[in-house]
Amino acid sequence: MEKFNPKLHLPILVFGLAAPFVVPGLTIQVAVLWVMVLFALTWDVMGGQMGYNSLGNIFFFGAGMYICAIVQVAFITDVGAYTASNGGVKIPFTHQEYFMGLICGIIAAAVGSALIAAALGWTVFGLRGPYFAIGTLGIALAAGELMGTWEWVGGGGGISMPVYPGSADGKAYLFYFLCFAAAVATYLFCSWLYSTRFGLAINAIRDDEQKAEAMGVHTLRYKTIAWAVSAFFLGISGALFGNITGFIEPLEVAFPTVTFGIFMVAMSLLGGKGTLWGPVLGAFLFHFLKEFTWTYFLGWQWVALGVLIIVNVVFFQQGIMGWLMEKFPEKFGIVVEKKEAAE
Amino acid sequence: MTDAPVIEVTGVSKSYGGVVANENVSLTVPAGGITGLIGPNGSGKTTLFNSIVGYHPIDTGSIKFKGEEISTYRVPQIARLGLLRTFQQTRIYSNMNCIDNMLISIPHRKTGFRDMFTDRADKATLEEVDRLLDFVGLYEKRRLISGDLSFGQQKLLEFAMALMNKPEVLLLDEPTAGINPTLINGLIDRLRRANEELGITLFVIEHNMRVIMNMAQTIYCLAHGQLLAHGTPDEVQNDQRVIDAYLGAH
Repeated sequence: MEKFNPKLHLPILVFGLAAPFVVPGLTIQVAVLWVMVLFALTWDVMGGQMGYNSLGNIFFFGAGMYICAIVQVAFITDVGAYTASNGGVKIPFTHQEYFMGLICGIIAAAVGSALIAAALGWTVFGLRGPYFAIGTLGIALAAGELMGTWEWVGGGGGISMPVYPGSADGKAYLFYFLCFAAAVATYLFCSWLYSTRFGLAINAIRDDEQKAEAMGVHTLRYKTIAWAVSAFFLGISGALFGNITGFIEPLEVAFPTVTFGIFMVAMSLLGGKGTLWGPVLGAFLFHFLKEFTWTYFLGWQWVALGVLIIVNVVFFQQGIMGWLMEKFPEKFGIVVEKKEAAE
Repeated sequence: MTDAPVIEVTGVSKSYGGVVANENVSLTVPAGGITGLIGPNGSGKTTLFNSIVGYHPIDTGSIKFKGEEISTYRVPQIARLGLLRTFQQTRIYSNMNCIDNMLISIPHRKTGFRDMFTDRADKATLEEVDRLLDFVGLYEKRRLISGDLSFGQQKLLEFAMALMNKPEVLLLDEPTAGINPTLINGLIDRLRRANEELGITLFVIEHNMRVIMNMAQTIYCLAHGQLLAHGTPDEVQNDQRVIDAYLGAH
């Protein structure tokens, strides 16, 4: 596992802890940055480290969002009756009811999403390459449409989330630090995971899955767990994001395949897929560019992001970390080592 | 070498559409020895290897490993029994360094859930990695990305990875193809030592007659998917059917 590096980790920790107090007007934007970091890291477990380019990871974000919402509402009232009112019923949650519901909802979102991933894994891991990408994209698209027809969870009308029993600032701070903690936890977990035999196995699957099978590696087991790990953290991010927006509906908020679903891929590619720091770097750059273009080039923001993705994919496939590894291999331990020197 | 067969192939046939790749092939590989498999291109040698290690289901026949029927098993199951193969086109994990290639090649026979999340290697495993990389002459390049090694070095790495897996039987598909003559001698020496010192049974497809005739105790020759002849290297070299179909007159 990566050791604590004050020069590298400390500035990020200080930024993460201080941001809502230094720039309180940007609390939600920075909270979304941490969600983006989590997106990129979890996508990279699959796409970068294991070579399975999922275009449907956003499904677990939406699944987590819905699971958390259902648990939060079910904690105090009947879900069907609550959603049938289309937000017309305002329930004054007590602090205890709200926070118990939220905690249980986040846990259920994480575990539920991981279990769904494990169950889906047994079927979709029969697909390889572009077929896997399209298959997973199909799952995310279908989920959005199906949830839109499920009246018990509000159908296309969505669900108004339980109202935070406190001030708007208090809510912003709470969910900011939960998003920050989720991103840090995802980073630490990935850092540990890649330092174990698991990391080696999924890298081997990425490089040559047939070879890994021929060497006796339990490939399906590794792939299923990798997807479940991805889904676990994505479920948490969905649970938090649903509460930040205060209202969830299937197509734009829960299963935004063409925005968040693509962003997570683009961020990993930009930073350098298959590395621990690449997705983090990519998320920071991408989110900054996104916010910048949204603020100063409104109307051209999608064109700017499109150009960035095209340039990245056509001219800079290795991403920033990949480029650094090519340029300075010795900094990454890629060296010829004389036997005498090693002993 | 003992007479007890470690691999028994009996009446195996395999067709791809209308093409009969193997037809009623029967052979045995004795434990502890080196057995060769020769034949012209397209004679069904690699198909037979693929059948043995479970890459595709066979149409008819039986394949046994240490008396256990394995023809219905899948590739990883067979590998975990200790029956391993290398590929005609060398296959390594090309974006990983040599050490990581070796570390993931440890035997997976008893890998439980907790083992998946243990440290990459303990001291003994790292020493074994160093020893085997030294054995194949790649110690100094162990931290380089394996895909950047030359073809011959990748071939040696693949061989070291196979040894790391501690197989009982190793199926080698043209181990010397594309390797320069100096390196071939080194590879032959290492294959022999793996057989004699580590007790690994070798079953080798090879077009280089000098190599296979010197190494193997028993040789099988396939032609048009059928078993043409078998015997000692001398017997096979002098078999008129083998000369006509494969070796040619010198």
